[in-house]
This record gives sequence, structure tokens and C-alpha cells, in this order.
Amino acid sequence: MVRIGFLPLVDAALPILAHEQGFAAAEGVNIELVRDMTWATVRDRLLYGHTDAAHLIAPLAIATSLGRGRPAVPLSVPFVLGLNGNAVTLSTALAAAVELGGGADEGLADPVVLGERLRTVAAERAAAGTRLRFGVVHRYSSHNYMLRYWLAAVGIQPDRDVEIVVTSPPFAADALAAGEVDGICVGEPWNSIAVDRGVGRIAMVTAQIWRRGVEKVLALRADTVAERGDEVAALIRALHRAAAHFVAPDTAEDSAAILSRPEYCDAPPETVLRAITDRVRLARDAEALHIPDFMFQYREAANFPWRSQAAWLYSQMTRWDGTPFSAAEAKAAEGVFRPDLYRAALAGSSATLPGASSKMEGSIGAATGVGATQGRLILGSDRFFDGRAFDPDEIPAYLDGLAE
Amino acid sequence: MAPDDPRRRAAWFSAAVQHNAGMRIAIIDTSTTRAAIISDGLRDAGLGDLVLIDPAGPLLAQLEAARPEVVLVNLENPSRDVLEDFFAMSRALARPIAMFVDQSDAESTAAAVDAGVSAYIVDGLAKQRIKPVLDLAVRRFQAFARLQKELAEAKSALADRQAVDRAKAILMKRRGLDEPAAYALLRNHAMQSNRRIAEIAEAIVTSDALMGDL
Repeated sequence: MVRIGFLPLVDAALPILAHEQGFAAAEGVNIELVRDMTWATVRDRLLYGHTDAAHLIAPLAIATSLGRGRPAVPLSVPFVLGLNGNAVTLSTALAAAVELGGGADEGLADPVVLGERLRTVAAERAAAGTRLRFGVVHRYSSHNYMLRYWLAAVGIQPDRDVEIVVTSPPFAADALAAGEVDGICVGEPWNSIAVDRGVGRIAMVTAQIWRRGVEKVLALRADTVAERGDEVAALIRALHRAAAHFVAPDTAEDSAAILSRPEYCDAPPETVLRAITDRVRLARDAEALHIPDFMFQYREAANFPWRSQAAWLYSQMTRWDGTPFSAAEAKAAEGVFRPDLYRAALAGSSATLPGASSKMEGSIGAATGVGATQGRLILGSDRFFDGRAFDPDEIPAYLDGLAE
Repeated sequence: MAPDDPRRRAAWFSAAVQHNAGMRIAIIDTSTTRAAIISDGLRDAGLGDLVLIDPAGPLLAQLEAARPEVVLVNLENPSRDVLEDFFAMSRALARPIAMFVDQSDAESTAAAVDAGVSAYIVDGLAKQRIKPVLDLAVRRFQAFARLQKELAEAKSALADRQAVDRAKAILMKRRGLDEPAAYALLRNHAMQSNRRIAEIAEAIVTSDALMGDL
């Protein structure tokens, strides 16, 4: 029996489908899913044994292992549950102020152009004593780091020029509706729910900030991984099969029907279906737009836990926590991601296994073949919007080059 | 945990009271009833200076005004991510951090999480001052859960009895039976179909409502 904690989000799909579609049972694993409403509770249940594994925001797995804001408990990430899938949604008032139309033919905003307009509005609001306020799902979330990365790069200092607060995913659309925040950075279906309710306009997807950003992970306590290796390997195989199933085109409606159920996302199936088919409706009266890079659950070895992804998250953690870079912490952060466990579990399966465990993030411009020990691996563009690349072995130099 | 021996226990509590009289404890709970029960318990034990946070009011403003050294929050409170961010960022509060959790405390931590309590304490506050507060909160959470279970059971028993009474009345009228015979009929049918008497009664009441006087 493996109990898995999760939050009601579309990217909890793989453990849910592994259970519902019998992939876990086929691997001899019995999954019990435990739904919560905040990441703090998902994390605490994992730490204190109410659950054995969790659908977790990747930076929180690292922060927990490093002991940020609490005594350290080492976690392990043997499988990535997906890349990207988040968006920046502005209140309809702010969307109008930065000249984003609600019309049918307007596409996603360009991050640089939108950034410039937003900088003007942010300055006006700050001068009037009512700084723009953005909600992110957790202090230690990719949402927080992606939003901050973009804002800082377009000249908006996140802790001075605007205010960034926390809104747990199920409450993000409500916070936007109530005027508590002017924008949210959250995962699906919560952006689309804000749009469908007419309270928000999706301005950008986070894939525009980093084309291949690591998002949710499967996290377990390091001692669980050590003591229950066979069961963890079986779970990884079940999740791999669920991922292959999830991206097969003829399964989308079934998956949407399952994920939208009250015990999972508790959201309209049509809204969930849009997200899992990479179609995003930017404004209530608009047609859904196809965004091929919106969300990655399988292709390009998306589930492989690259240590360099963990290193990037650690670089942003030091940047925004205001703590000095430490080589020992960087090593510990990278060590949370366990490509060795992924490889061992999936050797001999249909999974593509990269030859390396770390790569330059943001260095691929066009589809490129890279070394694989099993299968063939072609990676698409993984660019950051400002064109910077991240070398996991040169974090201090990278941080020096970034805006404050 | 407090000692089991009653006399040592009394001495232990009185020592705890002296230690804790001035400690400010904020209680945040989505259930105002449970918050009141915990607060009463802590007050009776003389533990700390208590502030009940109104779940309908502005959470962070209330906390800032209260400046607590200990914050007790129900585990499933939907504001926990917001609270943790506030604790990490606030300049008004002296950085409360998630409680316990060094390995020596694993057991009492697990007991708290099992009971549904999460707690944050100002860093540096002595552990022996916190322990009685937490132990008491855990016992109160458990008592509350037990009360709720009993209440749910009582409600369900009452509903069952009402259904059985109504089904008996229907059978007596329709089939011309006396009460013992009507009850015997219900019971026999329940035994044959391996269902609860209340379920059979519910079915009779429902079908009577739907079919009327056919």
C-alpha cells in the first residue's frame, strides 16, 4: 500500500491515473490517494507518515531537505510529474491597464512587451501607495521563482516594486475575484476557472518564461526510498505507464472525466480537458488557443529528474531567500533529485533514459539529439525568455549576472 | 508527555504553569467550537495568555496585533501556506517556525499531526515550555474528534429510529398489522436480505412517499 498526498490540480494526473487505470495494480502496487488543500499539509503528512509519497512542488522538496523555515528532513525525488503547465493570470482590470484585450484574436502576451507595460502600471500603483499584488501558490514553488525571474528581468524588483503573497491553488481564483490580488501564477485548472468566471485574463503561460521548467515531482522521505526500494521502483514504472497513457491522444476525454471528479480536481470536465490537450482560453469570450509547449507530462524524457533542474531551483532559492550561496547546500539540493532510481526502475522498459544526469539548462535553441543509454532522446528548445543559460557548476557566476 | 502518576502530574503541571503564565498563544481554527474548547483547556491549566483568532476576520492583521510566541493551527486549515509565508516574511513577529521536529520529538510530533494539530513557535523558546501546551492541545483535539464522532453516531441512531417508527406505522396501516408484527416483518426481511433494519425501513418510507396510496 502506497499512500500518495496531492492537491487538486491537473498535474496530479499521473498518480491518479496510475490508480484509476490499473497501472499501479499491474505493477503490484496498491495506491491510496489523500487530497489536501495546502502544500503545508501535503508536506506534513509526508514527513509524519500519514502518506508515503506526495505530489509536490519541486522547490518545496528541496527546501524541506535543506531545512528552510523548519528543521531539515531529507526527501528524495525519483520521478518528475511534469514540466510547466502554469500561467500568469491578471485581473480583468489589470489586463485592461496593460492593454491586453479580451478579444478572440489576441494571443499570449510577449513577456518583454508585457513586462514594459506592467512596469509602468506597477510604478503608478506604487506611487499611489497601493502596490500591485501577485499571488503565488507557495513561497517554495516554481510559480514564485518563474514569476520573480520574469519580473526581475523586465526591471520590476519583486520585493520592492510589487508585492508577492501566497494563495493556495484552490483559492487563487477566489482571491482574484475578491480583489485581494491583481494577478495569480498558478497551475490548472485554476487559471481557466478564473477566466471562465470572468474574473481574470491569462496573460502568459510559464512555458514562455522557461520553455522546459520543472514543475511537480513525486517526493518521498529519503528513508522510505532506502527501505522500500522495490515498491518505489514499481511505483515509478506505474507512473511511467500512466504518463504514456495520459499523452496518448485518444485518452484525453477519459482522463478529463476522471480528473474532474469531486474527489480529485472537483472542476468542470471541459476546463480540465482544455488543459490536458494544451488548449488555453485566454479570456472568457475567446476561443481556446493551442499552445504546444503548455504542459509536458511525458515527451522528451519529461519525467527524468535532471540534477541541473534541482540546481536551478536552488539558485533561485538563495536569490530570493537572500541567503548566501553554499556549495554544500547546492550539492544537497542536487542530491534530492535521484536519476539513479529513475534509471534503475525503468531499465528494460520503453522509457528513454538520458546518458547524463545534469545538463546546461536553457542552452537548446532547436530540437537537438542528446545521448541516451536507452531509446532515442531529442530535446526541444529549453530557452529562458531572456536567453540566459544556466550552468549548474557555475551558480555563483550565474547569480552575479542576474538583476537584483 | 505529562507523568501518569497523579501527584507527580499535578506538580508537573504547576511547574509548567509557572513557566508558561506569560507566554502568548494564538489559536487559529476553522472550527470556532474546537478553538473555544482548546482555549478553555489551556486557560484552565493556566497555560499562557490566549488569543483566539477570528477565522472570518483578517488573519494576518489579527496575528500581527496579537504578536504570539506560539501559534496553534488545525492541520487542515486552508490558510496554512499563507501563514507559513507570513511567518517567514514578517518583521512584526519574531519568526515562528514549524514546531518540534528534532528527532527526539518525533513521537510527540506524530501524535500532534495524528490529532490534527500543527504548531509554530518562536525560535529559541524553550522546549519544556511548549510541551505542556502542545500535549494539552493534542488531548483537546482528540476529545473534540471523539465528541464529533459520538454526535454523528447519535444523529444517525436517531434518524434510524425515526425511519423504523415511520416504516412500522406504514406497515400497520397498509397491512393491518399490530406493532410487534410490523417490527417482526421488518426484522425478518432485514435478516433474509442481509441488510440493516434501518435500510429496509428507509426503503419502505421512500417507496410509500413515491407510490402514495396505490
